[in-house]
Amino acid sequence: MQMKQVVFAGVLVGVSAAAVANPNPAGGTITGKVTYTGTPAKMKPIDMSKEPSCAKVYTTPPTAETVVTGPGDTLGDVVVYISAGAPDDPAPSTAAVFTQKGCRYIPHVLALQVNQELKIVNEDQTSHNIHPLPKLNREWNKSQPPGTPPISEKYDKAEFIPVKCNVHPWMHGNFAVLKNSHYAVTGENGSFTLPNLPPGKYTVTAWQESYGDQSQDVTISGGETKTVNFAFKAKPY
Amino acid sequence: MGRMNFARVVGNVVLAAVLPLVAGAQQVESHIGDLTGHSGAGRKLYFRYCWGCHGPHGDGQGENAQWLNPTPRNFVAAVFKCRSTPTGSLPLDTDLYNSIKRGFNFTNMPSWAALTDQNRADLVAFIKTFSSRWKTEKPGDPIPIPSEPALTIASIKHGGELFQKLECWKCHGQEGRGDGPSASTLTDSNDQPIRPYNFTSDNRSKCGRTNPELYRIFMTGLDGTPMPSFADVVKTDEAWDLVHYLRTLQYNNPSPELALWESTPEGKAIVDAKRVHQTYTGSGIKP
Repeated sequence: MQMKQVVFAGVLVGVSAAAVANPNPAGGTITGKVTYTGTPAKMKPIDMSKEPSCAKVYTTPPTAETVVTGPGDTLGDVVVYISAGAPDDPAPSTAAVFTQKGCRYIPHVLALQVNQELKIVNEDQTSHNIHPLPKLNREWNKSQPPGTPPISEKYDKAEFIPVKCNVHPWMHGNFAVLKNSHYAVTGENGSFTLPNLPPGKYTVTAWQESYGDQSQDVTISGGETKTVNFAFKAKPY
Repeated sequence: MGRMNFARVVGNVVLAAVLPLVAGAQQVESHIGDLTGHSGAGRKLYFRYCWGCHGPHGDGQGENAQWLNPTPRNFVAAVFKCRSTPTGSLPLDTDLYNSIKRGFNFTNMPSWAALTDQNRADLVAFIKTFSSRWKTEKPGDPIPIPSEPALTIASIKHGGELFQKLECWKCHGQEGRGDGPSASTLTDSNDQPIRPYNFTSDNRSKCGRTNPELYRIFMTGLDGTPMPSFADVVKTDEAWDLVHYLRTLQYNNPSPELALWESTPEGKAIVDAKRVHQTYTGSGIKP
């Protein structure tokens, strides 16, 4: 249930942002699937006994989300984006929402654009501190007790930023701050679609938090749909 | 003697060749009150006093760094614990100046009070040459600290409630001993283990020992560490209540707050229960 929500939110953010921002309706589309080969590490159940208000949310303990897989060796929570060939886009006016619920981050991987508003919400009955760890952007660390208003922030440089809560060491998420609006975050089924691409030569990059990134070059001419698949080599630990 | 001179000459030639590359040739100034610091003068001081730990590139990778815990500050990242500015923003020149003067308790960074005021101002100017953040960003606006209200039992008690509500105890422990449930898992932004402050150990916290400094610590947060900023969630008058309560946790250090707290039967019982009345080995022989 939780996992579905994560995946759904991720896909929704990615696809909707990509669909709205590009004004060119007659563009081409890049679509495909992200899979893995080999054996991914088994995700360990999270022990939330130190935080009873969160532990009681779950009937069975949730697992870590550093590698999210689906049937057919597919990989979820992979950010697929145009890393070269597309111009930088202005930030959309809608905020990207990052929610703390049940002492986890929803979505686990939040893709957003440079200078887009990032809204961080605490739905839990416990205090969290939101501590993103950027290398290029400003590093801040804020406390958010229950019932306090959302935190509003933004990042002015493109970067993949790990996020943690120091109070609850199992909490771990990611911000993918991207330069343009052509991106998607895969769901559990590993599939992605990047629509509305004007003709041109693009580099498509897939980023997974544990396995790094891979890129492929694709040329789009007119309204065609091209398929690009990514296969990551899974590490057993 | 000939060898010594030769080594010195070679050293100077190497330094002269490397320094401009490292630090950039531009002059940077610092302003601390009436003092103006100059990076050119600060460079000479840095390469005499600081680089052994902070390194020739200012990245905290000096040759002594491998032996030090916590590791020396990385001036290239330009993330600083002790600031008067909001979390995520650059500190004021005075913040860096005060850090150099104060030193950091419980670390290998000594107090550089022996330098002249001008020396420290020059060093601040030079430290700012290591990161391009000083060119592209301005320091944040300092967090305002209103004057301290009268100390009352009610304010201490309310501070205690805040300590619970804000869940300070998750890291600092119910008695402020730095032993809360999350304490053992904490790491700083470089993945190095880090301990929450133990209030019972001392009253000299790293970023200063006065009440306004304590106020500032939790309002600004200590960037680069697990200690977050509470500026958005604590009201200014409540923050003073928290300061008053935190002083009562420092039961080994006389303070007006502790004295007032111990003058009440409730406070006396709580403080007495914490005090170590036997020897630390538990032999039962009173010191």
